[in-house]
Amino acid sequence: MRSVSDEAALDTDEQAAAAPDWVVKVDRLSVTYRTTVEKKPTLQKTLIRLGRRERVIREIKAVRDVSFEVPHGAVLGVVGVNGAGKSTLLRTLAGILPPTRGRVEVVGRVSTLLALGVGFNRDLTGRENVVLGGLAAGLTRDQVAAKFEEIAAFAELGDFMDLPMRTYSSGMYGRLAFSVAVNMEPDILLIDEALSAGDARFKEKSFEKMRELCSQARAIVLVSHGLRSIRQLCNEAIWMHEGRIAMRDESSAVIQAYREFLQVGESEATDEE
Amino acid sequence: MSAVAERRGRGDDFGGEWHVYEPHKVGLPPLGAYFRALWRRRQFLFELARTSLRAQHFNTTLGQLWLVLNPVMLAIVYFTLVYIIRHGGRGSEFLAHLMMSLFAFRLVSTSVGQGARSVVGGGRLLLNTAFPRLILPLESVLVSVMRFLPTVAVYAIVHAVVGLPVGFHLLWVVPILVLFVAFAAGAAMFTGTAQVYFRDLTNFLPYFTRIWLYTSPILFYAEDVPSGLKPLLAANPMYPLLGALNDVVIEGKNPPLGYMLGGLAWAAGTVVVGALFFISREREFAIRL
Repeated sequence: MRSVSDEAALDTDEQAAAAPDWVVKVDRLSVTYRTTVEKKPTLQKTLIRLGRRERVIREIKAVRDVSFEVPHGAVLGVVGVNGAGKSTLLRTLAGILPPTRGRVEVVGRVSTLLALGVGFNRDLTGRENVVLGGLAAGLTRDQVAAKFEEIAAFAELGDFMDLPMRTYSSGMYGRLAFSVAVNMEPDILLIDEALSAGDARFKEKSFEKMRELCSQARAIVLVSHGLRSIRQLCNEAIWMHEGRIAMRDESSAVIQAYREFLQVGESEATDEE
Repeated sequence: MSAVAERRGRGDDFGGEWHVYEPHKVGLPPLGAYFRALWRRRQFLFELARTSLRAQHFNTTLGQLWLVLNPVMLAIVYFTLVYIIRHGGRGSEFLAHLMMSLFAFRLVSTSVGQGARSVVGGGRLLLNTAFPRLILPLESVLVSVMRFLPTVAVYAIVHAVVGLPVGFHLLWVVPILVLFVAFAAGAAMFTGTAQVYFRDLTNFLPYFTRIWLYTSPILFYAEDVPSGLKPLLAANPMYPLLGALNDVVIEGKNPPLGYMLGGLAWAAGTVVVGALFFISREREFAIRL
């Protein structure tokens, strides 16, 4: 852990330094969170528990001592069973979850397409949600306006752009989410389980768009259970198991090893659902 | 809880180009960078407030009418209540006092109520996008301010009809309202954080605000309070500001220094403590939702 003055110095020193050959650097990252077992903590339950002297805090070691780098123009796939820590890792890269130990460095604008959707408000139109999402991501109103036509065209929503999103099919929802994420000119795109949206044609189009991003030396980290997508898109892959990196290699080698593991350990995988 | 607070990481920067995320010992991220990031998201704040007003249908004619009718009818209800309990004897000047104080009180109470829901209601946005979370309670306050503004116009009409004094002393209303908003913001940040840990807070809150309303000098004048109950009045964070507002708008005089200093102390204290409390906890929100 660094002192505050070190950190302050870091901000200026490193920005002035020559650009490194990586865009994401994860150094001995651990993410542990303590959470209550109950989904909705209330004062009432807390008082009752205090009376009974119960403790319901549970510690979850989601990511344990993970280190890796993502170079420019790379697509890094992340595979692993449910609960392996993939989504936690991605959220930490996005700055949404705090690291418990270790350090994460990310150079450039990050765009996220995470499992739970983009935080769209279903009562607002697609247009309003695009503006809101862009502003939330840190763009100015003018930047969003400049990107808007591109986003709308890519999502192929037509007149639906001006209808409330509750009228959208799940495919349309996913297409808009993807279109927003890739068209915000991200330097790093983080995608979590979001490629199932849209039909086969849209999928092909989104693959193309991602390859285009990579050719511009931008990087993608892709979490997916779709092993074929990983193989098609990624040069390298990480296999995470119980919060650790079980393997890192070329994507085809990792997928082969992971497939073999799933056949032996399938019951283990289903248990964790 | 302190262990969690100690282990919370930090994001240097929500919008810049170089992000470093590390654990940090104290619960607070570097505040300079935090508030710069917050300032960069101001358009996001305004857009959020605008869309949530629209979601409440305040872009329709009837919606806007309701925005004015609702507080006016509430004022009439309370005026009738006081009229009956006191067997009449309170004139139009009291109606002006009641409306003005009630509208100002509602600016705070709606901020606190909406603010309590802001973080938990921010759900998916919070789980999927990194931005300074302080935006969420601030949006609640901004919406409350936008809903408050039309009631100022309503009050102005009543003020004119009753024939209360008009002059440069009314300029005092501006700093007093700024202090009201600052106090509301601090309180909203506090309830927004507390709601994450205690989801039944919003069940208690309406009862709490109602008691607060009844113990504030709104349905009565501060000088009506028997001397035995004066400490209760003095302990009320809104008493100095409501008192100052009454002196300026109803009595037509400059507010006493004591009221202004008291109001300033409550507002500044609440907003600083509320903001620090919120910021020290906000990195944990994503795992608590």
